[in-house]
Amino acid sequence: MLKDITIGQFFPGNSIIHRLDPRFKIIITAVFITFLFCADTFAGILVGMLFVALTVMLSKIPVKMIFKGMKSIVPLIIFTSVLNIFFIEGEIVFHWQFIKITKEGLEMSAFMVLRIICLISGTSLLTYTTSPITLTDAIEQLLAPLKKIKVPVHEFAMMMTIALRFIPTLIEETDKIMSAQKARGADLETGGLMKRAKALVPILIPLFVSAFRRAEELAVAMECRCYRGDEGRTRLKQLKSGGKDYVALAVSLLFFDAVIFLNCIS
Amino acid sequence: MDNIIEAKDVWFHYQSESFEEDAPIKEVLKGVSLDIKRGEFVAVLGHNGSGKSTIAKHFNAILTANKGEIIVDGINAADDEKLFDIRQRVGMVFQNPDNQIVATIVEEDVAFALENLGVDPAEMRERVDNALKDVGMYDFREHAPHQLSGGQKQRVAIAGIIAMCPDCIVLDEPTAMLDPIGRKEVMKTIKKLNRENGVTIILITHYMDEAAKADRIVVMDSGQIILDGTPKQVFKNVDLLKEVGLDVPQVTELAYGLRKNGIDIPDDIITEEECIEEIIKIIEKAGK
Amino acid sequence: MAIIKTEDLTYVYSAGTPFEKKAIDNLNIEIEEGELVGIIGHTGSGKSTFIQHLNGLLKPSSGKIFIDGTDIWQDKQTTLATRFKVGLVFQYPEYQIFEETVYKDIAFGPKNMGLSEEEIDKRVRETAKLVEISDEQLEKSPFELSGGQKRRVAIAGVMAMRPKVLILDEPCAGLDPKGRDRILDKIKEYHEEQKSTVLLVSHSMEDVAKIATKILVMNNASIVCYDEPPKVFGMAEEISKMGLDIPQITKVFNALKEKGYHIADDVYTVPYALKKLLAYLDNKGVKGNA
Repeated sequence: MLKDITIGQFFPGNSIIHRLDPRFKIIITAVFITFLFCADTFAGILVGMLFVALTVMLSKIPVKMIFKGMKSIVPLIIFTSVLNIFFIEGEIVFHWQFIKITKEGLEMSAFMVLRIICLISGTSLLTYTTSPITLTDAIEQLLAPLKKIKVPVHEFAMMMTIALRFIPTLIEETDKIMSAQKARGADLETGGLMKRAKALVPILIPLFVSAFRRAEELAVAMECRCYRGDEGRTRLKQLKSGGKDYVALAVSLLFFDAVIFLNCIS
Repeated sequence: MDNIIEAKDVWFHYQSESFEEDAPIKEVLKGVSLDIKRGEFVAVLGHNGSGKSTIAKHFNAILTANKGEIIVDGINAADDEKLFDIRQRVGMVFQNPDNQIVATIVEEDVAFALENLGVDPAEMRERVDNALKDVGMYDFREHAPHQLSGGQKQRVAIAGIIAMCPDCIVLDEPTAMLDPIGRKEVMKTIKKLNRENGVTIILITHYMDEAAKADRIVVMDSGQIILDGTPKQVFKNVDLLKEVGLDVPQVTELAYGLRKNGIDIPDDIITEEECIEEIIKIIEKAGK
Repeated sequence: MAIIKTEDLTYVYSAGTPFEKKAIDNLNIEIEEGELVGIIGHTGSGKSTFIQHLNGLLKPSSGKIFIDGTDIWQDKQTTLATRFKVGLVFQYPEYQIFEETVYKDIAFGPKNMGLSEEEIDKRVRETAKLVEISDEQLEKSPFELSGGQKRRVAIAGVMAMRPKVLILDEPCAGLDPKGRDRILDKIKEYHEEQKSTVLLVSHSMEDVAKIATKILVMNNASIVCYDEPPKVFGMAEEISKMGLDIPQITKVFNALKEKGYHIADDVYTVPYALKKLLAYLDNKGVKGNA
């Protein structure tokens, strides 16, 4: 059913990767991205891939899932490789009319493709192993210093939480409204672009009205439960970092050092 | 102190949305005075627009009276400084369970009020667990709200309130959107909280069978209290209740019909058992 | 000929996944034209799935549905035409209102049917009158109306399509007693005026008992019984085992019967109960003074 769809791509589990402090996971992911962009040798990328492969193994997420998640970026991969193959000057290996393929171009495109695959699989591991709500909490805590310069970090995190909470509710509601308008003979499937856009009005207006009504009721309910921003607020679930988090960070840094090392010797 | 809530001559009207200066003010509450005793189970009846939800929202300072005053546990509800003391003492549960659950996981939602109040995490854990056990939802503590039935969601909402350890819970038509099974679950939970935990309950409802279970019924019509007493005393007034768009339990209506036809049967029958017993009495008397 | 007929109607949710579930299982039923059928069953009994099949919103996993003798899935035109033949009012229908005026909202369905302006106008006004929406209110924004009025406008929106079969899912949910009685009265009036078939889904046996000519009980994806109200209320015990509430008055008369005072088997409304009880007492020599 429509309401069973998952938000983000969280893959519940209890592996060591799942249990890591989400703050560390975010930091490691950030560092991982940086190093991936620094790496300019095949060996460096391979080290990155090895790192991703190890993490996938530890997280016990089926490899199939990782590949499934990459489907959507196939066009991007093709585009990048085509661009690189045809437009990089160098030693020509194939020439037909105006099309020239160079050795450098081939190398570069293979390199870029590997880098993108590595980047996407690595970062998607973060969302696969961390529930959206924990992720929000972690981001809130990591960004906490920004509160000093009046960035409304807590408010943003609260908005994220409420959005996550209401997505399934609103999807279900959309489903209901669509059925109801169809029952009144609304034609949602046929016609040109304009006609279809117009056909959305009977769905969007009730949806907005309902979202506002819900927002109003939720606001009162939150007030009833003494909500007053993050002033003096405590949390049920404390994010705790322990030995395993530091070990994970250390191991990651070792991998990334190798990347730098490989960069230097090439 | 005996009274948890004291309302004294409360008048209220919403701010006019009209731009005309002299648009007539529509009073929603017209001098409501009401004392709620600690530990009482009070049902509030009235058709839509009778002012029953409006008065309820005064009890935890969501709305402030234009005239008159509300005293909650000795605190004047108009006192802004004490706002959170009042809301912690009087919790509110609303009709639509979907629109009062904030978090994506049951136990985090139950913790919401405690997080706002700055309760220590260890103590919070205990209070959340106890609240969930009180409403019988402990096994669902790690579920997402949208995986639950209406009755279960409403019990989670109740747990979110009782985690604050309030003296009083106001429930505004908590069963209106539920099916019979959900209604039973919620009513059982409410009664248990009242009998076992001693929580004062103010239940706003359209269901006469729910009201019949209360210690006391208050009937409102156009911003005023028109009846106040035990269920037996209130349901006697069949004509008046029908006049203001309300029902009486079927058995009360039957007894009322019998009396009208000259049959001698008490006018304060509200339960099936009483009704059965009285009818048998009449039949047996005739047999002699 | 039956207006609604199903043949081995089955619907499976999430087929082929671990969540596979039969929402309705092998339903065979014939509903005669002109009935006012109350459909009762607890949440998950399959009643909502069943009614969504009747106007072609859901496609059966197997089995057939005939409306007025035509298989509604025989071709695409028929399926679309079924939406106009069978009008469906969902739960809390006021949340689907979207037009600027009440008039336009009621006209939405008839307009989609491609009717002429005059016909639309005629139907909108007639239906508005039926549900007690005044001419003045027709020009208002629907969002200015009270909850009960909005509900009536939304129901009118489907009634104005003049479907051969009108289905209402929990039309009284969340209303106060007065609002509830008013909606039930309007449905009954519509049924009598139009002489069409009406299906009314409800959790509340009491509501159904007030107006239905037949009752359909569903449980566990199947039909338990389809019969006249007195016969169905005679099965009070089975029904209450399914998690449904039976009217208080029915319980009283059943208990009296158990204690040896057999007054009547088919009591489910107060006026009827009163009549039966008075007659019984009269027989026993208890005389009222009225």
